[in-house]
Amino acid sequence: MNKPFRRRDLLGIRNLSAEEIIGILDTAENFREINSREIKKVPTLRGKTVINLFFEASTRTRTSFELAAKRLSADAVNISVSSSSLSKGETLIDTALTLDAMSPDCIVVRHSSAGVPHQLAKFSKAAVINAGDGANEHPTQALLDAMTIREHKKMIKGLQVAIIGDILHSRVARSNIHLLTKLGATVRVSGPRTLVPNDFQHFVEKNLLVATNIEKAIEGADVVMILRIQKERQDSAFFPTLREYAIHYGLTQERLNLAKPNAIVLHPGPMNRGIEIASDVADSSRSLILDQVKYGVAVRMAVLYLATGGMPIGE
Amino acid sequence: MADELILVEKSRIMDSARMKRALSRLASEIVEENQGAKDLYLVGIRRRGVPLAERIADRIEVLEGMRPFYGIIDITLYRDDLSTVGANPIVNRTELEEDISGKVVVLIDDVLYTGRTIRAALDQLMDFGRPKKVQLAVLIDRGREHRELPIQADFIGKIVPTKASEIVKVMLQEYDDVEAVGIFEKPAE
Repeated sequence: MNKPFRRRDLLGIRNLSAEEIIGILDTAENFREINSREIKKVPTLRGKTVINLFFEASTRTRTSFELAAKRLSADAVNISVSSSSLSKGETLIDTALTLDAMSPDCIVVRHSSAGVPHQLAKFSKAAVINAGDGANEHPTQALLDAMTIREHKKMIKGLQVAIIGDILHSRVARSNIHLLTKLGATVRVSGPRTLVPNDFQHFVEKNLLVATNIEKAIEGADVVMILRIQKERQDSAFFPTLREYAIHYGLTQERLNLAKPNAIVLHPGPMNRGIEIASDVADSSRSLILDQVKYGVAVRMAVLYLATGGMPIGE
Repeated sequence: MADELILVEKSRIMDSARMKRALSRLASEIVEENQGAKDLYLVGIRRRGVPLAERIADRIEVLEGMRPFYGIIDITLYRDDLSTVGANPIVNRTELEEDISGKVVVLIDDVLYTGRTIRAALDQLMDFGRPKKVQLAVLIDRGREHRELPIQADFIGKIVPTKASEIVKVMLQEYDDVEAVGIFEKPAE
C-alpha cells in the first residue's frame, strides 16, 4: 500500500521520505493511462486554477505542466517573465500577493535563484510546486527520471547510476541525487573538475561517489544520465571549448559500451547533439529521452492532483 | 481510513455458497436479458467489483461458450467529493482495452448505496466511447431509500434493507481471506 503524499507544496526531493517518493511515482504510474486515451481528460481538478509562473525560459517543463493541468480539467494560466510585472520592477513578494488575490489553487514556479519557490510558499495560500530553482532542485524532473528508470529496471534499489556533466550548476543532478540515493541506488558523478565540486560526495549521507574520470563513472552502470551543457556558461571558463568538452566528456557509443549491456541513457533535454551526447547514442534504442518527456506529463498530473488535494503539514 | 475502524458484525447475510449461487444467477440473468454474450462488455468497478466481474465472466463463458469483453474502471478521478475528503485518495488504473463503443456494457459493483459511485463510473465510461447500452449489476442493493441520485440496478444479487449507520461489507478471497457478506456497525460508545 502506498502512503499518501502529505505535503501540500512540492519544493524539492530533499525533504521527502522514500515512502512519499514511491507514493508519488505509484500515483503517476496510474495517471499514464489517461494520456493514451482518445479523450485525454478527466474532471478531477475542475474549477481549480493553476498558475505557471516562469521567470526562466522553458518549453518542455512549462508545456508539460500546462498539459497536465488541462488533462485534469484545471484552468491553467501561463505567466512568463517577458510579460510579467517583475520586469517592471515588482518584488517577488508583491507578485506572490497579487497572484494570491486571484485565488489560484496551485502555483508552479521556475526561477533562476534557489529558494524562490520556498519564499513564494511562505506568502501564498496556494500549493507551490517547484519547476526548477537556480542550481537547487527540479523535483518533477527527478520524479520523471525515476519513473523512466523504474519502467525499464523495475527497481531503483541497488542500481548504479552515472550522472555526467555540469554537476556544479545542475538542479537536475541535485534532485536526482536526493531521489536515487533515498531509494537505494548508488550515484557516481563525473565531469570536468571545474564543474564537479571536490567534496561533493558529502552532499548526501551515503551512496554518492565522485569519479575522477567519466569512464570510471560509466563502467558497469545501469543508467547513464547526461546533463545538458549550458552553452551560456561557456564564457565563464569552466572548460576551454565545446569541442574539447565533447572529446573528453561527451557520451559516445564507445564510452557507453563500458556500461552494462542493457544500460539505459537519460537526458533532461534540450540536448546539444555532438557535445554532451553523440547523435548516434541519442537516437539509439537505449536512449529513453522521449519516454522521459512522455512520463513527465503523468508525473506532473500526479503532483498537481496530490498538491491540490493534499493537506499541509501539521494540519 | 474507514476500513481500519473497528466494526462489529451484526449479521452475516451471505456465506461463500450463497455468494456463488447469487453470482451464477446474475450471470444467467445478464445473458438472458441480452440474448447471449455477443457484444457484452463486463466492467468491474474498483476494488471489489473487479473480482466479482471476473467471476461473472467465468460463469458466462461456461453458459455461452464465449467470454465477454472485460475491463476495469477506477472512479477516483471522477469522484464528486474530492474537495471534501481531505487528502486525495489513491488513484488506481482504469483498464478498458477493448473499445466500448457499440457494446452492451454491464457495470459491476459489490454494493449499491447512494448511487454516486455509479454516476462517476457512467461519466468515465462516456469519456471512453458510446456504448450501445449500459446496465448495472450489483451483489447487494441496500435499498432505494438510500439513493441520492436516480440510479437503479438491472441485476441484483440480494436486496438488503439497511440503516445508514450500518456498513455492508462484501468480503472476497482476493482481499479479505474469506467469502461472505456481513452487516457491520460501529460499536456503541
